Amino acid sequence: MSSLTRLLFSELFNGPRTIDGPSIDYLDVEKLKLIAKKYHRKHRGRSMYIRECDAGSCNGCELEIHAVNGPIYDLERFGIRFASSPRHVDVLLVTGPVSSNMTEALQRTYAAIPSPKWVLAMGDCAINGGCFNSNYAVLGGVHHILPVDLTIIGCPPTPIKLLSSLLTLLKVMS
Amino acid sequence: MPDLKDYFSRTHAVPEHKPWSRFQLDEHGWNDMIHQLAVSDWTLLGLWAYGNEVYAAFRDVTIAVVSFECRERRFKSLTEVRPAAARLERTIRDLFGLIPEGIADFRPWLDHGRWSQSQPLSNVHCGIPTGSIDYHFLSTDGQNLHQIPVGPVHAGVIESGHFRFTCSGETIVRLEERFGYKHRGIEGLIVGKNLIEASKIIGRISGDSTVAYAIAFARAVEAATCTEVPPRAHWIRALMSELERISNHIFDFGAICNDVAFSFMLSKCMTIREQILQTNNICFGHRLLMDKIIPGGVTIDLTSEGVRVLSDLIKELRKQICKLADIYDNMPILQNRTIGTGIVKSALAHRFGAGGVVGRSSSQSCDARKNPGYPPYDDLNFDVPVHLEGDVNSRILQRIEEIQVSIGLIEQILKLIPDGSLFNQTKKCDGEGMALIESFRGEILLWIRLSKTGHVLRCHPRDPSWFQWPLLESAIEGNIVADFPVCNKSFNCSYSGVDL
Ligand code: SF4
Repeated sequence: MSSLTRLLFSELFNGPRTIDGPSIDYLDVEKLKLIAKKYHRKHRGRSMYIRECDAGSCNGCELEIHAVNGPIYDLERFGIRFASSPRHVDVLLVTGPVSSNMTEALQRTYAAIPSPKWVLAMGDCAINGGCFNSNYAVLGGVHHILPVDLTIIGCPPTPIKLLSSLLTLLKVMS
Repeated sequence: MPDLKDYFSRTHAVPEHKPWSRFQLDEHGWNDMIHQLAVSDWTLLGLWAYGNEVYAAFRDVTIAVVSFECRERRFKSLTEVRPAAARLERTIRDLFGLIPEGIADFRPWLDHGRWSQSQPLSNVHCGIPTGSIDYHFLSTDGQNLHQIPVGPVHAGVIESGHFRFTCSGETIVRLEERFGYKHRGIEGLIVGKNLIEASKIIGRISGDSTVAYAIAFARAVEAATCTEVPPRAHWIRALMSELERISNHIFDFGAICNDVAFSFMLSKCMTIREQILQTNNICFGHRLLMDKIIPGGVTIDLTSEGVRVLSDLIKELRKQICKLADIYDNMPILQNRTIGTGIVKSALAHRFGAGGVVGRSSSQSCDARKNPGYPPYDDLNFDVPVHLEGDVNSRILQRIEEIQVSIGLIEQILKLIPDGSLFNQTKKCDGEGMALIESFRGEILLWIRLSKTGHVLRCHPRDPSWFQWPLLESAIEGNIVADFPVCNKSFNCSYSGVDL
């Protein structure tokens, strides 16, 4: 038997490696509900599409985004997916302190998302610039150019924290 | 052909530069050196500026740093003899306003005309903003050519950067990269910071190599201040650095396979990577090991429980990697896409002084852990694998073999790690230091100048990707557009590392 077949069999019989999803954050739910009224969408299912935009991150946050997409946290089982085109998504997930050179690209990405849309600032950088604040080349946080609906603290936020925030948002949205 | 040491033996060496000598050149000396470079085999390790001085680092059997004070605010460009210098020189001009004379490419590099001031690090004037910049991509003549602009926002969860393809049908005729989108002004930000603040920033230049950057910063500071680090700290650093190397290589291996539509491998690799990151968290309290290494030592010890967890992990890893390597070896449909794709010519890799996986898979054998070497690697037994073909396949094999080497290293470290303290206070004194550290991408060079009070006057981190990105432009020529993602992933260069 080839090693691939053997591995596939062991995967089949060992059951999934995916861990249980985290509980949602009720503080965030309350916060989001206030905004949700503004955007409430009548016809929406229980799925959520996300476009990620790197506005000057150190790629640490991206690594953890990859992790939630991986088999252990398995984001897609909750109906949440990262999409390629901003035109297909509900949520813009921004990482990084927003470098001046990325502002236009970020604004255009936001503009390309159909309303109603949500903006998530992931990581300390995106929230307030983190250790890259106040500089000729950074704006110091997403809130300077886009309305932020939810922030995810951490440097980088753990995959569980990220997952929990996304689930919270999904709950409020649907 | 004189070697570096002979050539500079009659030049004035600055005493406070450690551990390698820095030679001060005048204009004549600088121009002479460029003539010498044309006929010698010295590798360019880095090129940066400080005030109105330009610094360059070279290597043959030893390492030497040279500096040249450009009174007229211009210096003769190295690009004719070392093409790898081009982007570094354009960066120097954007940040410091020093003009490289004779450079063929006058376009700005990091400055996109959006900063609140131009030449932000210049010591003469705070420039008014450059204003909007019309960036002309290089033209390509020929019939039926079309351009494909990609980025800065890409289709996947990737960092930001722009690629401009010129294609004839499906075939790529030319690729041109444009970066700088992620410029955070790190070199400016770090000036005046104390060592702890600075090492926090340095650890966030490129999150995937945070350990390697932190070690580079720590070692440069320790060299500048002549601080002895306790042996145990060295070993813990090496342990973290090898864990980082394995977790990144394994992810890349999976992602390359995923880019040729074999997603099973990515799932397996992500599972393994997650195991490593969780073990990192258990042993050291951070998944990516950020902020655990500071000048003078490390902030966290390895407990006996940690040794046990790590030994289990390593045993498991060894088994898993063999299995995955075996699968890759026995999948002709995978190799059909990877063999012969994206070839980096070894002559070019040599000319650009590319290290890391990209260099070593094109027959360059440089590895900073061996040469110049740093503790504890001198006490460890390991080989540096090298491949000759320079295609995607050899970069995959290179990664797999490097994972195996790192596993061997961790086994040795866990067995041999000495007891003792973790931290020695660094002395407060001025000085200049440099370090060359092997990250999973290749050699990171970090140069630092400290003030008497122990604050940073100038720090220049040079990511290995500076010398690897240009090779991607050449490797992709003649390949089809659909092979770009897999080529790019097989390089896995850092965007944030070169944008700074
Ligand atoms: S929050 Fe931390 S991990 Fe995320 S981009 Fe910023 S520095 Fe990197």
